[in-house]
Amino acid sequence: MSAHELKSGPLEYRTQEGQMSILGFWIFLAAEIVLFSTLFATYAVLFGRTADAPAPGELFEIETVLIMTFLLLISSFTCGIAVHNMRKGAVKAFITWMVITLLLGLGFLGFEIYEFVHYAHEGATLQSAAYWSAFFTLAGTHGLHVTLGIGWATMILIQVAKRGFTPMTSRKGFIISLYWHFLDVVWIFIFTSVYLIGMVV
Amino acid sequence: MKLDEFFVTGEPLIYAGMVSIVLVSSAVIFLLTYFKRWGWLWREWLTTVDHKKIGIMYILSALAMLFRGGMDALMMRVQLAFPDMNFLNAQHYDEIFTTHGTVMIIFMAMPFLIGLMNIIVPLQIGARDFAFPFVNALSFWSFFFGAMLFNISFVIGGSPDAGWTSYTPLAGAAMSPGPGQNFYLMGLQLSGIGTLATGINLMVTILKMRAPGMKMFQMPIFTWSTLVTCFIIVFAFPILTVALALMTIDRIFGAQFFTLTGEGLPMMWANLFWMWGHPEVYIVILPAFGIFSEVIATFARKRLFGYNAMVWSMILIAGLSFLVWVHHFFTMGAGAFVNSVFSVSTMLIAVPTGVKIFNWLATLYKSKIEFTTPMMWALAFIPSFVIGGVTGVMLGMAAADYQFHNSYFLIAHFHYVLIAGTVFACFAGLEYWYPKMFGHKLNERFGKLSFWLFVIGFHVTFFPQYFVGLDGMPRRVFTIIPEWMPLNVISTVGAFGMGLGFAVFCYNIYYSYRNSKREETGDSWNGRTLEWATPTPVPFYNFATVPHVDKYDAFLAMKEKGETTYDEDKLEPIHMPSYTGKPIIMMAILAFASFALVFEWITLAVIGLIGTLIMMVIRSFDYDEGYHVEVEEIKRIERKARRL
Repeated sequence: MSAHELKSGPLEYRTQEGQMSILGFWIFLAAEIVLFSTLFATYAVLFGRTADAPAPGELFEIETVLIMTFLLLISSFTCGIAVHNMRKGAVKAFITWMVITLLLGLGFLGFEIYEFVHYAHEGATLQSAAYWSAFFTLAGTHGLHVTLGIGWATMILIQVAKRGFTPMTSRKGFIISLYWHFLDVVWIFIFTSVYLIGMVV
Repeated sequence: MKLDEFFVTGEPLIYAGMVSIVLVSSAVIFLLTYFKRWGWLWREWLTTVDHKKIGIMYILSALAMLFRGGMDALMMRVQLAFPDMNFLNAQHYDEIFTTHGTVMIIFMAMPFLIGLMNIIVPLQIGARDFAFPFVNALSFWSFFFGAMLFNISFVIGGSPDAGWTSYTPLAGAAMSPGPGQNFYLMGLQLSGIGTLATGINLMVTILKMRAPGMKMFQMPIFTWSTLVTCFIIVFAFPILTVALALMTIDRIFGAQFFTLTGEGLPMMWANLFWMWGHPEVYIVILPAFGIFSEVIATFARKRLFGYNAMVWSMILIAGLSFLVWVHHFFTMGAGAFVNSVFSVSTMLIAVPTGVKIFNWLATLYKSKIEFTTPMMWALAFIPSFVIGGVTGVMLGMAAADYQFHNSYFLIAHFHYVLIAGTVFACFAGLEYWYPKMFGHKLNERFGKLSFWLFVIGFHVTFFPQYFVGLDGMPRRVFTIIPEWMPLNVISTVGAFGMGLGFAVFCYNIYYSYRNSKREETGDSWNGRTLEWATPTPVPFYNFATVPHVDKYDAFLAMKEKGETTYDEDKLEPIHMPSYTGKPIIMMAILAFASFALVFEWITLAVIGLIGTLIMMVIRSFDYDEGYHVEVEEIKRIERKARRL
């Protein structure tokens, strides 16, 4: 618990507290990787077990999924620009780019909700078969992460707006950016191993 | 819902349980009010972020859980010794072996060890607290409320009854309707949050907060065992989180993961459960190895033999622990090839474990052993654990396992490793570090009495079970055939011996509190590692000045050079975190949500979850950066503690 502060380097790494929080968050992300790996494994094991429900190939639409993918990929890019501005100390630019990031995230969520409702209308629900249980849980867990991320980032934006960049606020800003990029990486795997494979098999 | 559906009715034993819960709770409330201790309780304990106090709360809760799990065990033993007396019926017996297993592993073994880690690891590495003290308090309360939620099930709603492994489809909604199984899911999920957070917390603490100069391979061996354990926690617990979540979704929201309808796969639960479950047994055994290593080195008065080999064998065990899960269900029928692979990987674990056994023996070799109670536990551990380990290798042979599977041979094996390993280590660690925690030692005569009662009782209980298992007695049966009677009666006698040993141990805590000599120095056992460098009782900031470490057995080197952790010239104000009530409130609200979910009251559960989120938002806007302890204050505390 040392209060010594370095004079150079990124603001979020200047206190020992900041360094420890960031390391702790990396370890947390490792745990998150295990969590999603387990969900992916479950999905893989239950693949094809659709019982009387429609097969994924009949329902997946490449257009929706591509739009969702691009929304999320672009949001990762804008999030990177936001952190770049944080390093420059530009509060306003940081907030602007983060808001764009979150709006893209909201767009992604909107499409995901539309997609889920659409599948449910076609007879593929959480209850209808093991495959669909695994699908909705995997994609839904990711969606839930995005939702929580949006709420969490909003809190941090309010704090940055009130306090400007301090070692503490910039640490929080940096950590939410790590989280956001992580969600993007998970989505790439969902896009490939769930949607692309689901469409061709 | 009617009241008699909410409360469990019709069982005299459970009515007695209800009465004792009401009596004990009223007594606690009365005493706290009578002695006007509510404010003290809140300010000093419930809101604390001090790792030492949190550790003590962990250990107290774990001892309570050991009592509960032990009572379950004794009830099972009574039933098996007198199967015709109708002491427990089949349903009640099912509930009791389920809660016994779950309580002992999740709410006794792990919190006991995590409690010891809480208190000792920061002291061993020269740190003033955890990396994230707030999160540490959060972890404790998540464990505590998880344990309470699980324990309340036997009077409210009914206990889970599908075994601590909760295999599907038996544990699914179709075959286990009602709240019982939900208590299992929610209780474990809630306390699992805390375990994962502690894993991350301790990992960062050990990696980032070591005393200046202390290299990784100069850390005390208990700290190493903690680090390796945290690694396992971080990579194993999310699997449990997912497994529990999937079963919850199955049971409450009607999904088809583990069902027999909708093409679900019941055996996937067994796989997921043991992908966490096997690493879990190493989570509770590696810290035990660490404790024994410390105790043996201290009382053999020798440097631990083969320190590097000890560390590397732990790392190897941690890696292998993720590659053996199928050996819990060779009989699933995965085929000869798969079973062979897991058979070999299972037996491989015996190699690093054997390395450790020989290192302990080599540490003892030609040393002048001091027979203190902690050392006695360590010495009893080595041969007992070897018996458990060797029978484990027998179980690891897939072909032979078809005979041993689900028999008392297996029961005897894992009690031999978990009791001789983990439980002996908990007793050894508690008695060894007791003076550091409470300022006085436990009485040696009562300590040895409880040791002999417990160890002899343990062997009398479980050694016969190997044979009754080979005779074909399956686990989880509430009635037996006459051929198995004699050995079962012996087992029961032994179990009461263990119970008596535990009672003497508890009495010893009271007796020593009244009669033991108070410690005058911080170095109770002529120790070798940094925790003994602090004065006793340990000041809340631990180290007035943090020593520079350049050797293994850092305190030994300091004593040779005449250094202490109090150098008046080097004093600086110390930054400490503030106490806060947010962790307990946040986890109480989450516990409320979990309780609602147990009874599938979705609206209430959602309200609870929203409450938890609001608490997280409040925490996010909390910029309390702690306070500084001034130099004058430190001088005053240290002079008093060191009698200068």
